[in-house]
Amino acid sequence: MSEQKTSTWSPSSREIERRALNRAINRKKAALAAVSCFLVLGTLALILVTSPGWETVKRTFFDIEYGREVLPTVIKGLWINLQLTIIGGAAIGAIALGLALIRITKAPALTPFRILATAYVDIFRGAPLILIILLVGFGVPALGLKGVTSNVIFLGTVAVVLTYSAYVAEVIRSGILSIHPSQRAAARSLGLTSGQTMRFVVLPQAIRRVVPPLLNDFVSLLKDTGLVSILGVTDAVRAAQINASRTFNYTPYVVAAALFLLITIPLTRYTDRAIRKRMNSQNSEGAI
Amino acid sequence: MSNVLELKNLRKSFDGEVVLHDLSLEIPEHTATVLIGASGSGKSTLLRCINLLEDIDDGQILLDGQEISDPFVDVDLIRRRLGMVFQSFNLFPHKTVLENIMLAPIKVHGKDPDIAKSDAERLLKRFDLLDKADQYPDRLSGGQQQRVAIIRSLAVNPRLLLLDEVTSALDPVLVNEVLSVVRDLKSDGMTMLIATHEMGFAAQVADQVCFLESGNIIERGNAAQVLHNPQDARTQEFLQRVHEAGRL
Repeated sequence: MSEQKTSTWSPSSREIERRALNRAINRKKAALAAVSCFLVLGTLALILVTSPGWETVKRTFFDIEYGREVLPTVIKGLWINLQLTIIGGAAIGAIALGLALIRITKAPALTPFRILATAYVDIFRGAPLILIILLVGFGVPALGLKGVTSNVIFLGTVAVVLTYSAYVAEVIRSGILSIHPSQRAAARSLGLTSGQTMRFVVLPQAIRRVVPPLLNDFVSLLKDTGLVSILGVTDAVRAAQINASRTFNYTPYVVAAALFLLITIPLTRYTDRAIRKRMNSQNSEGAI
Repeated sequence: MSNVLELKNLRKSFDGEVVLHDLSLEIPEHTATVLIGASGSGKSTLLRCINLLEDIDDGQILLDGQEISDPFVDVDLIRRRLGMVFQSFNLFPHKTVLENIMLAPIKVHGKDPDIAKSDAERLLKRFDLLDKADQYPDRLSGGQQQRVAIIRSLAVNPRLLLLDEVTSALDPVLVNEVLSVVRDLKSDGMTMLIATHEMGFAAQVADQVCFLESGNIIERGNAAQVLHNPQDARTQEFLQRVHEAGRL
């Protein structure tokens, strides 16, 4: 039936006219955008390259030869950042989930743990990450405890995990609290225990809901692993710093920044898309 | 006939405001009891109290003679014997229709997943929903979602089914497909406590009708008595208003 309808339908002369007009309007808009971009961006580029200091800027920040020379060491450093991010990320996920669940639970026996978890989150969410890194990275070895490593990569990771677990715990907790109480009521009235309700009904929905903010935190984590360089870990930042201070040419920093961006920009774009998709599907979730 | 549920002098308040006063009610096995009354008269609160989703202030709730309002009772065990269907369906949006229905039989009652699946499919088939088994709830109409919600609470073979204004969120066309499911359950002999605004439906299924106002049972009797020959002025006025709204 419907196939027949579409095959016999042909646009009216008015519709054909309208389409031609719309095409003309769109062409005009595109042309205007192109001209405007050319003028504004072209002028900015022209001002930049003709300004008196441009040659110095180019030499100090964008020395292609030197950039190529330091690229392998900076990439080697970035590999450390990536490893830190992946291993740290897994640890953060597990600890944060535990913290969030402890803070949510109402079991009276767990009250002391709830107090501890709340204090933990308050402290590590509120203190600057760099202080935690200094405290753990330099402070723990200074204790001279037997059996405790003084490996700065390990201690740096611990510091980052401690801080990010607090951030991520709050994201997960907000996700859990955002699930409508009627979902819990439905699950409990089916006879599910509070633990089963959390595991099979609340948590799966909560985690789905907080994927975009978690991806944001993941990008931040990758960037913030650069801070462990202050402990002397030869990550991308440190590798760039060593080279820059050797020659007083700052191209290595730009190379390191470009490498970070190469990873973070696709990730943030993906996050934006995930958020938009979530927004679109929100309407259909309304009734449930 | 033995009573599945017995309420004795139930009292419930929220922040000092009394919602249920000294309410008593018996529900014999295989009967349907319908609660009518304006919104805010305490119907939903009563159902939530019975399902132990709310704590009561005073009185007793007995399920098959066992006091379930006792503080030492295991609420999870009690809820296994009760089914509840909500006004807003409350299906789990991240699970398919089949998974929604199978969750409690498998996780709560320890049923073999294959048996749970075939049981769920049998129920879906009976209520013409088998083709929706693998769909997610947001792909279903409101009427279909509510029918799935009813099946989900049936899948655990409850002693008593609590229905809380199950058609209030539906447009008039979809109301009947849900009500016909409840009529089917009635003819199966399911013991039910139903809060509803559908008076025609109440007249069809109710063995007992209770008119609630401000947390009191004002009038109680069989459907013909309460709906067609109400004695109390407040019941008469309520039914008159319902009649004017075209719902009787």
